[in-house]
Amino acid sequence: MRNISKFREAGLLAFIFILCIFIQFKNPSFLSLENINDLLTNTAILSILAVGMMMVLLTAGIDLSIGSTLALSGMTAALVVSNNPELSPIVAILIGVAVGTVCGLIVGFLVSILGVFPIIASLGMMNVFRGLTFMISGGKWVSAHQMSDSFKAIATSSVLGINTLIFIAIIIYIVFYYFISYTRTGRQIYAVGSNVASAKISGINTKKTLLLVYTLMGTLSGLAGVLWVSKFASAQGDTATGYELNVIAACVLGGVSVAGGYGKVSGLLVGALLLGILNNALPLINVSPFWQNAIQGVIILAAILMNALVKRHATKENLMRRKI
Amino acid sequence: MENKRIIENKKQFNLKQFFFQWEWMLVAVFIIVNIMNTSLSPYYLSFSGIMDASMTFLDKAFMVLPMVFIIILGDIDISIASITALSSVIMGVAYNMGLPMPLAILLALTVGAVCGFINGTLIVRFKELPAMIVTLSTMTIFRGIAYIILEDQAAGKFPEWYSYLGWGYVGPIPFMLIAFIVFAVLFGLLLHKTTFGRSVYGMGNNITACRYSGIKTDKIKVIVSTLMGVMAAVTALFLVSRTGSARPNIAIGYEMDVIAMVVLGGISTLGGKGRMLGAIISIFIIGLLRYGLGLINVPAQALMIIIGIILIIAVTIPNINLDKLTKKKVAA
Repeated sequence: MRNISKFREAGLLAFIFILCIFIQFKNPSFLSLENINDLLTNTAILSILAVGMMMVLLTAGIDLSIGSTLALSGMTAALVVSNNPELSPIVAILIGVAVGTVCGLIVGFLVSILGVFPIIASLGMMNVFRGLTFMISGGKWVSAHQMSDSFKAIATSSVLGINTLIFIAIIIYIVFYYFISYTRTGRQIYAVGSNVASAKISGINTKKTLLLVYTLMGTLSGLAGVLWVSKFASAQGDTATGYELNVIAACVLGGVSVAGGYGKVSGLLVGALLLGILNNALPLINVSPFWQNAIQGVIILAAILMNALVKRHATKENLMRRKI
Repeated sequence: MENKRIIENKKQFNLKQFFFQWEWMLVAVFIIVNIMNTSLSPYYLSFSGIMDASMTFLDKAFMVLPMVFIIILGDIDISIASITALSSVIMGVAYNMGLPMPLAILLALTVGAVCGFINGTLIVRFKELPAMIVTLSTMTIFRGIAYIILEDQAAGKFPEWYSYLGWGYVGPIPFMLIAFIVFAVLFGLLLHKTTFGRSVYGMGNNITACRYSGIKTDKIKVIVSTLMGVMAAVTALFLVSRTGSARPNIAIGYEMDVIAMVVLGGISTLGGKGRMLGAIISIFIIGLLRYGLGLINVPAQALMIIIGIILIIAVTIPNINLDKLTKKKVAA
């Protein structure tokens, strides 16, 4: 299995490499520092969410509510900021994170304690959170002039010469890479996803693990919500509608198995990057925006089908070897 | 001596079991919704009002019927709204290019069937991929093609008679409702009274056992997916007839509504459980709830919250272990 995953990532990286050369050939401004910065800033939010989604998918679950959680926490933070312009942006971020965590906790409670299927629990809460977003805003937008400059600066400022969004994404990747790969709780997530029954028998508190995973997903969505609102300088009721599917696509591209138990942070990074490049580069080489959806879809489909074929081949090889 | 053993096939009628069915609970909810609506608004309880209202939510109901099959199989299809968009766009463009309307409608149905067939074939050929992921990518592709064809334009100016589909009445009853009832009966018979339907249940419970017992599981899955595609195109016909024009961004989010209705109808996403009747009742519960609360000016967003909560309560109730609650703990 290890070989396949390496092959996968190498394959995806090679694909990204060829894609970049091709785009660079078509439009020389693609690999300029400015554009790369742009690209990474745009991918940051997606990749933050992808980390959370990966943990959920590892447990063989799914969370469709994150687009709504993102909107709700972003809207809450924006409303608070527009009423208290003097508020420090750190507090705004904390508010968003808190709202997101509560949302995640609710979904996690439904899934782990009440035993509702993840797809149904998150589908229901998706409606609830989206409705709440509209309710608290009264259907109105919070637009740029209502937000304080310091709040908008979250997305435009830079730390150590890198844009804050990218900086935050990097921190999150480092923290979660460590968490998922090297801590006991992190490894337990894999165990729960591969085989719930045996995980339970071997003494893992599966309910707690599930609750934790969905709560973390909510926390990250909350953070992403504030970043989103600050980046686009507007909070709307329909912010990020359907974004959950983009995030799932990034995970799948990155080799995370939706059936649970399989996926790596490094693969995830590559998957998110590929989606980011596609979003950024297609307009640069004058592909009509109306083609983008279809192209993205075809690439996702090709990637998952390739993945399946490669895996099949590897299993066959393994079986052949066993016979001898 | 003849030694024949007759296996009793008919289940004993059990009153308790009969009343503790999901469908009865749905009927109760349905009645509660209606009583609530009537007491909240004096305008609710009128035959023509409800008939009019039914036309606003019945378009997606056509997709609920085959979705029941898909979820009983243990799969899921989230590309259906995109199929609706694609077939409506192709129908509109074909008509505007001079194809006669009946042929354009036929074309739309064919497009739906082809899309469904593609989904089904992919799911069958790549069994290791969950249906959710396959349809996630085809969802992007189908709507993407719709955008390529029509960009941000709309296709329309359909002939006069076409609007009858979505707006017409047969006597006091909307044509759409009649069409829905016909389809519902057909799909209900297919699910509950044919070998095909029984195989679908069997496959939802144990697909390997079904394959070994000689059921052509792949073929059934492809047929069900194709039916799903066709019904998504049927939805497109009615939806476009109501809105008057075909655009690539129609029916966004319908897939979630449809899945919510099916699940509320007591059909388990694990597969193998549930009945057509439940899904049909839940269509009317959600539809009439929306209509009734709309009459008293509850904002649409509050409705989303209510529907979300109903959905979760509905699927949580069967999970609560009644035995655990009623039985006293035995002292060890």
